[in-house]
Amino acid sequence: MTDHAFTFCGAQLLARADGTLWWPDEKLLCVSDLHLGKSERIARRGGTLLPPYETRETLARLGEAIEATKPSCVICLGDSFDDLGAAQAIDDTARKTLTRLQSGRNWIWIEGNHDPGPTQLGGTHQFDFCRANLKFRHIAQAGGIGEISGHYHPKAVIPHIGRRACFLLDEQRLILPAFGAYTGGMSARDDVLSALMDAKGIAILTGKRATPVPLSACLKR
Amino acid sequence: MTLLPPQFFDWFAAKGWSIHPHQSEMLARSHEPSLLLIAPTGGGKTLSGFLPSLVELADGAHAGMHTLYVSPLKALAADIKRNLGTPIDEMGLPIRVEDRTGDTSYTKKRRQRADPPHILLTTPESLALLVSYEDAPRIFAGVQRIIVDEIHALAESKRGDQLMLALSRVQAIAPNLRRVGLSATVEDPEAIAHSLARHPDPCPILHADPGPDPDITMLVTDEHPPWSGGGAKYSIPAVLDLVKQHQTTLIFHNTRAQAEIYFHNLWLANDDGLPIGIHHGSLSKDQRSKVEAAMVRGELRAIVCTGSLDLGIDWGNVDLVIQIGAPKNVKRLIQRIGRANHRYNAPSKAVLVPANRFEVVECVAALEAAKAHDLDGDPKGAGPRDVLCQHILIAACSAPFDASELFSETKTVGAFSNLSRAAFDDCLEFCATGGYALRAYDQWKRLKEVNGMWQLRDPRSAARIRMNIGTIFDIERLKVKFRRSAKSLGEIEESFAATLTAGDTFLIGGQIVRYEGLNQLTVEVSRQKGRTPKVATFNGTKFATSTQLSQRILTMFQRPDWSELPTHTSEWLHLQRKVSKLPETGRILVETFPQDGREHMVVYGFAGVNAHRTLGLILTQRMEAAGLNPLGFVVTDYALMIWGLNAVSDVAPLFDPDNMRDGLETWLAGNAVMKRTFRVAATVAGLIERNSVQGRKSGRQATFSSDILYDTLAKYDPDHLMLHITREEAMRGLVDFGRIEEMLERTRGRVDHIALSRVTPLAAPLFLEPGRIPVFGEGREQMLQERAAALMHEAGLGDL
Repeated sequence: MTDHAFTFCGAQLLARADGTLWWPDEKLLCVSDLHLGKSERIARRGGTLLPPYETRETLARLGEAIEATKPSCVICLGDSFDDLGAAQAIDDTARKTLTRLQSGRNWIWIEGNHDPGPTQLGGTHQFDFCRANLKFRHIAQAGGIGEISGHYHPKAVIPHIGRRACFLLDEQRLILPAFGAYTGGMSARDDVLSALMDAKGIAILTGKRATPVPLSACLKR
Repeated sequence: MTLLPPQFFDWFAAKGWSIHPHQSEMLARSHEPSLLLIAPTGGGKTLSGFLPSLVELADGAHAGMHTLYVSPLKALAADIKRNLGTPIDEMGLPIRVEDRTGDTSYTKKRRQRADPPHILLTTPESLALLVSYEDAPRIFAGVQRIIVDEIHALAESKRGDQLMLALSRVQAIAPNLRRVGLSATVEDPEAIAHSLARHPDPCPILHADPGPDPDITMLVTDEHPPWSGGGAKYSIPAVLDLVKQHQTTLIFHNTRAQAEIYFHNLWLANDDGLPIGIHHGSLSKDQRSKVEAAMVRGELRAIVCTGSLDLGIDWGNVDLVIQIGAPKNVKRLIQRIGRANHRYNAPSKAVLVPANRFEVVECVAALEAAKAHDLDGDPKGAGPRDVLCQHILIAACSAPFDASELFSETKTVGAFSNLSRAAFDDCLEFCATGGYALRAYDQWKRLKEVNGMWQLRDPRSAARIRMNIGTIFDIERLKVKFRRSAKSLGEIEESFAATLTAGDTFLIGGQIVRYEGLNQLTVEVSRQKGRTPKVATFNGTKFATSTQLSQRILTMFQRPDWSELPTHTSEWLHLQRKVSKLPETGRILVETFPQDGREHMVVYGFAGVNAHRTLGLILTQRMEAAGLNPLGFVVTDYALMIWGLNAVSDVAPLFDPDNMRDGLETWLAGNAVMKRTFRVAATVAGLIERNSVQGRKSGRQATFSSDILYDTLAKYDPDHLMLHITREEAMRGLVDFGRIEEMLERTRGRVDHIALSRVTPLAAPLFLEPGRIPVFGEGREQMLQERAAALMHEAGLGDL
């Protein structure tokens, strides 16, 4: 068993080792911050020419998660594209892969700060999405309850282990790690995240196994 | 001295100085397009370089920049400015001298571009930046001479390659530019001359009188050196005595961690309260300059230091150099010794202190090599292509360029004289499009070709490129401070900080501190008295014993007797000869024996610590495949010891060269060493930006690890230029496969396997060596299962 199962606001959820969230009762797979087309955006803005393979890599990994869970609904929790230009510039191979992944299931693009408008890439575009007691949106809001969000790319810094992308979980909130290949992270104990999360919450590390650790065991950076 | 104008002659006379023969020869041959001076420290080397410029500028007729001076150290540029001030002021010469380094203010830098001084003192990085400006042709228009100081130090690194590439551009602007290199004693002056001259120009070499041979001895104390380790704590009383007998002593160490520990122990034993300071690259700039200033004022009796004092300001009153630990490299030893006694024609005095029994042998070998003037050094490979990539981007910042012209210009640089057009085009392609198999960036090229001229697609990218010029990259470091104090104690590597938990203690700046926590980018510590520190592991670089020195040790082993060694060491070698064998040059000696319930195999490779580590990883991987269950290994500069559950009976196949190369391929792909090498190469080549226009990247969200780029390239574009460069670099750097090839070449399958019933004298110290590397394989799994079963049994659950 490589997943970590937990109950959140009445829902039985699984934090998967690959950084996706699986809700078996609803056959719902949620993934955040894909940042597709990041290398293209950096190049367009006169930056360095990074290896243009992150879209291929990210979609391949997403494909594996979909293959493993066979969801009827996929929610991309925002910042799916590095910007709207990047969504337009996506190549034919990636378009075809997306179409294949979307076929036969409900696909929802939640809007993020990087991709605030609809794209021509199938699925539905929404600001947020509710199911049962849970509310899916890109950025956590003050006082949010039963809220599942992304945006911050949390990473846990553990002594002697290093940095790992992680889920953050407390009674009210769940924050997902970034799934995109070219994404960095913010320390789970950063002031911004500490203001959102209960100090008694946990971080669920991704990697070979989804491993829960107390948030208090993580370092500040 | 007819060449010396009267006012110079009078000035020398008034000082009571006479001009050195090499100084007047430099003056006589100042018309040469390239000239290399090899002179010992203290030989008036820098004045030899500047004298022709001062003479040429004395009549005040030259307008604009006349001479560029480049040194590897910012501090040296500032020091030279002071030193040049004396003759210029006293002779009333109409010469303006200014320095320009990373520390120079923005306004001053702008003024210098508009109105360049006659003599500009700078560093390779600042010169590369100047070359990248659109007005470079105007700045360098009239330059006559360039002086490259401490060229031997620059030639060893990518900084030298960057400098010579920048010079090729300056030369294109100012075709009459004459080049002068100033070097300490080196093993291969021709190689330095080749790197300095405009290829294929000749470069005559002048040798200053090397002065008398240094007076080098090895410290022999009543207490024998320990069997292993690098602390040399036993030598403290003797070293304190030496410090007392001399005016000022430099105590060199090979690593910062060793320097810190030694300094700490020295103070514990320093009953007379001798003023002793410490100086190394991890200390804060403030702290270092304080020590330097105290040194200049003659207030310190000794400084414990590392390579950070290998170059730099001349301190006239140093009369003794002590080297703690084997010198590893004879050339560096000689250069370090040159730091003592800068009075010309007085022998420098040095004492070598072996840290353990094996180092006694190495120190004696080094002494013999120094007496025979047998210096070591590895031949330098071809010009590194990551530096060329950066150079191409720099050229594009300055002006649109013609690819063929830039290629011909590049080939005038000695290190790149064999560069093929195809290799150049690969680099150009990388700079322009990224050079990926997937043609993704045709629309967003970094460089585009317009009417045969290459230029930046987006002119704004020039600022980003300029901000990332340079080839030296420090590992991410964190400042260390006392709580509620603004003063920085120094810096430690981020990776070291990550291993600390509250309460851990470590040494910095000679004091033991207790780790309290991280506050943003600062490590907060508190004072901690009288506890043994957790060893500071900052500074990962470990120099391997040079090939030449290793050869000398192997040759020494073949002598019938060793009267030159202290009895404790010669008896040890005799015993080894009796129970086993001493290693030889043309053969690999492998000993196997059981010890502490494990089977051991010791390989005397004499290939240096980095190559042995690689060898250890390859051999254990192959032993794992053969079901020999290796559990771990440990390496030194001379040997490698592997232990495991099974004895190795057939040793020879393990050393088959083809198998070994295959093993390397498998192992390299996912290796951390490769990722580390990749990060540096990719940053130099401009794929990764260290600095962004908005200031140093702080938000972690936007940045991601370069390891991800490495993995992505290895997976989707394994033939990419950056991966080729990474491999090439790693092979001669951390992986050091070149030394393994050298070992295989010299031994050609002649493996002597001696199976013994117990540990041998030469192998014994390896059991005390720190830094054991575990192998996580079947052997360890088997042990775990056995242990778990035993625990279950003890608990009465064995039958379950």
